[in-house]
Amino acid sequence: MSDRELRVSKIRNGTVIDHINAGQALNVLAILGVTTESGETVSIGIRVPSDRLGSKDIVKVEGRELSQDEVDVLSLIAPAATINIVREFDVIEKHRVERPSEVVGVLSCPNRHCITTEDEPVESRFDVLDDGIRCQYCETIVRDDIAAQIDVA
Amino acid sequence: MRHDHIISAKQLSRADIEEVLDRAAEMAADPEAFAARHENALLGLCFFEPSTRTKMSFTAAIQRLGGDVVDMGTVESSSVKKGESLADTVRVVEGYADALVLRHPSEGSAQMASEFVDVPLINAGDGAGQHPTQTLLDLYTIRESAGFDDLTIGIMGDLKYGRTVHSLAHALTTVDATQHFISPESLQLPRSVRYDLHEEGASIKEHTDLEPVLPELDVLYVTRIQAERFPDESEYREVAGEYQIDTETLEPARDDLTVMHPLPRVDEIAHDIDETDHAHYFQQAHNGVPVRMALLDLMLGGDE
Repeated sequence: MSDRELRVSKIRNGTVIDHINAGQALNVLAILGVTTESGETVSIGIRVPSDRLGSKDIVKVEGRELSQDEVDVLSLIAPAATINIVREFDVIEKHRVERPSEVVGVLSCPNRHCITTEDEPVESRFDVLDDGIRCQYCETIVRDDIAAQIDVA
Repeated sequence: MRHDHIISAKQLSRADIEEVLDRAAEMAADPEAFAARHENALLGLCFFEPSTRTKMSFTAAIQRLGGDVVDMGTVESSSVKKGESLADTVRVVEGYADALVLRHPSEGSAQMASEFVDVPLINAGDGAGQHPTQTLLDLYTIRESAGFDDLTIGIMGDLKYGRTVHSLAHALTTVDATQHFISPESLQLPRSVRYDLHEEGASIKEHTDLEPVLPELDVLYVTRIQAERFPDESEYREVAGEYQIDTETLEPARDDLTVMHPLPRVDEIAHDIDETDHAHYFQQAHNGVPVRMALLDLMLGGDE
């Protein structure tokens, strides 16, 4: 990828999430809780040509580093993603996401009778299966469109 | 048995199951011998949904062990009505009791509640989730009548929403039973239960008719199909009618077939079966007391 093709300014401090599956960038922002009101400076590339993926999405968020919970959920919808942590314009850390054994918070259970959907002091917890996720409370299995369960607070 | 809480039948090993059932058999044989076993023990009852037999049999069980209950009462008369969370309710009630029994309409409620308390908590039904103590008394009844060796069982009715079925299917897998599931297509086992049974290597077969499989069965476990699961009354009547049994339906069955039902029944089992040797459902309900005595005894440290 040359600068002629992708003119997105570098960020000073923050996170660049690269190699996101094409079309998932807005879901990534939802996982991070980034909205038009949340105040961060954000650059997004959608369906950018990629040698590895054919096309990919890329998200750059100024002034924000990701929590492990956010990375865990990210891995479910963008398993090939790489996370670059930037300080003073330099990438100081770069790693690929790993599929976790469980994800905590961030997603909400689609079962409306699940205790985690009520006003209780409990975070959602899902086991990660080979082909989906499973609520640790009501045991509902979600296989399709995990992104739809992102809890947009 | 080493469990702090009883949340799901999935957590029970074969050894756990046998331990509870053996203790229950001892208690059923000589209840007097255990009458002072847990003197002064208090069992906290938190029933957020109506219950007759589960609540009464837990009460009878702790009283037969020399203890008593403290009862939250109905939701309408409790602080839940004022908006108290379940997490707060159980944290308060654990201060009044040595163990808690919880029934709640939300799935996963017992799991969540157990994370907030230090006393043992027993799930007495969480929505369409699990009902492990019903499963233990079902297993006790099966072991007494048919035994676990080469057991072939048919489970019929509402397999999708019936929590007793979900718990029982796990436990029957643990005791290596061959399981036939008989239901309308719309009320087949939910995906989560099917997933577990598959993972556990269960031997299961699904049918829409009882007839072809009936002669093979040692046990037929019948559950109620509820009208509210259907879009209209006529569809319900049509479907439910196909899953009702009477003495005529049972003619091709083996003479020693055990018929069970978690009760209450509506019209799934005709009254003419009550007088036959097939009928085990009232004994099954009675078994709730010794089985819950045994479970409470083990959880309250009966061996210590």
